[in-house]
Amino acid sequence: MALTREEVEHIAHLALLNLTADEAARYREQLEAVLEYAARLQAVDTSSIHPTTSVLAPLSVTRADEPRASLAPEEVLRQAPDRARGMFRVPPVFD
Amino acid sequence: MDFTELSLAQAARMLRDGEISSLELTRACLQRIHQFDEKQHAFLALRPEAALDEARHADRRLTTARGEGQAPGPLLGVPLAVKDVVCVAGLPCTCGSRILEGFTPPFDATGVARLRAAGAIVVGKTNTDEFAMGSSTENSAYGPTHNPWDASRVPGGSSGGSAAAVAARMVPAALGTDTGGSVRQPASFCGVTGIKPSYGRVSRYGLVAYGSSLDCLGALARTVEDTALLLGIIAGHDPLDSTTLEQPVPDYLQSLTGDPDLHGVRVGVPREYFIAGIQPEVERAVHQAVQVLATLGAEVREVSLPHTEYALPVYYLIAPAEASANLARYDGMRYGPRRTAPDLWQTYAATRGELFGAEVKRRIMLGTYALSAGYYEAYYAQAQKVRTLIREDFERAFGQVDLIACPVAPTTAFRLGENTSDPLAMYLEDVFTLPANLAGIPGLALPCGFDSQRLPIGMQLNGPPLSEALLLRAGWGYQQSTRWHLEAPVL
Repeated sequence: MALTREEVEHIAHLALLNLTADEAARYREQLEAVLEYAARLQAVDTSSIHPTTSVLAPLSVTRADEPRASLAPEEVLRQAPDRARGMFRVPPVFD
Repeated sequence: MDFTELSLAQAARMLRDGEISSLELTRACLQRIHQFDEKQHAFLALRPEAALDEARHADRRLTTARGEGQAPGPLLGVPLAVKDVVCVAGLPCTCGSRILEGFTPPFDATGVARLRAAGAIVVGKTNTDEFAMGSSTENSAYGPTHNPWDASRVPGGSSGGSAAAVAARMVPAALGTDTGGSVRQPASFCGVTGIKPSYGRVSRYGLVAYGSSLDCLGALARTVEDTALLLGIIAGHDPLDSTTLEQPVPDYLQSLTGDPDLHGVRVGVPREYFIAGIQPEVERAVHQAVQVLATLGAEVREVSLPHTEYALPVYYLIAPAEASANLARYDGMRYGPRRTAPDLWQTYAATRGELFGAEVKRRIMLGTYALSAGYYEAYYAQAQKVRTLIREDFERAFGQVDLIACPVAPTTAFRLGENTSDPLAMYLEDVFTLPANLAGIPGLALPCGFDSQRLPIGMQLNGPPLSEALLLRAGWGYQQSTRWHLEAPVL
């Protein structure tokens, strides 16, 4: 399973991870090794097998739509690296 | 009396009977942590003053309960530790990561809330591989934990801090989490007992998500009785976790009474688990342990789990895929530090690139790849289908036997640094534990001997979904007949 440098950069972009050139090179090698190991799964005939997404029986769980106590906003905001006027402050999304 | 040698059940009983006080017990645990944790590094955060205050309060409540002839909470006054991927209100929760440095959750995980309601005192948070991704606790951003049996070796992982703290007699028990073996493998490496319950048996509310179709909250202690006591408290339906089951929780302690008799219990030994590469001493010790079960009356036979060889690649596609989605929330906006760059997207990527560790980034990359356009069918979807075959192997086996007995890990504790340069070699440590997560079945790890370096060896028992009572009964029977779980490391 050969991975190109461009593919590694593309995955890092999708995952929103800045990688150094060293990291990108190392991950290229290591991901190749893991994917090569995982390639043995291709030999298994699964044409009539359903995938397992959860071991539990599919079940939609709902709860009563009733107001109830929640964490105080200031308690939640206290954890944020930047905040203003009761909100999370973030860098500009658009110029 | 050496308070730190008491098991959880012994300590709880003696507290109720007024033979010891919570203050003496809690103080003894804190003192032992103070004395040895510089070397072991099992803890990431401690709350000594608050724990001692709670101990004094527990002593008052114990006295009142005795005076009024009432039964206090089953864990009233007992100190415990909690793995640092599980939220405890008011204590930092780093998940072993720099990306959550300074984060202090304002709420308790349901498991923690239930232990506290039963009277337990949380003394601190234990070290873990970053976001529970690892098999040695070396992936903690805050430095590795050392194995109490040999400080040059790893405690296993990812609940290595919890396992080391329990083995080192710093606390009688601790919570851990198990996504691919993270309770059972460190329990084995540190010579303690650990249970990973069935998927859905225990609430994950407040457990920081890694692989959501696999993650379980579990417990580590020095005896099966203690893990039964803890499981009985943390198990059960939780309206805050839609994956918890409604089925009532059996009285696990009730199944640990009478003669440790296993007549009528069929124990299967999977032939695929005794593979090339397994340490011969591990193989021998586990076979001897199975003989002990036979002596207690169990009927032992060979079983086959033919898709075992695929469990590792299936796990290392599914878990990273789920992780890549779960860890998308760490972006430096709502909690943890931020690395500011000119715009929002660059800020996300700079924060995540700089503050996630190497293994976490590796798994996010792997998971993102397995889910990406063009590869989804070949990797992720195929892994989910082979997962079905692995589950069906267990279903077939449990048509023939009641329990499966096998090693927890192919080796005893390895040296710090020995496997860090080769991710695949590290992943192979999980080869016997991750099938249980893929199938959603419970697993119990028990000390069953030592190798020639005097490093602990663990036996694993697995059963069908919700078979914890039988699993614990068999493990308890084993511990009634052996003394491995009573051995203590010299620190």
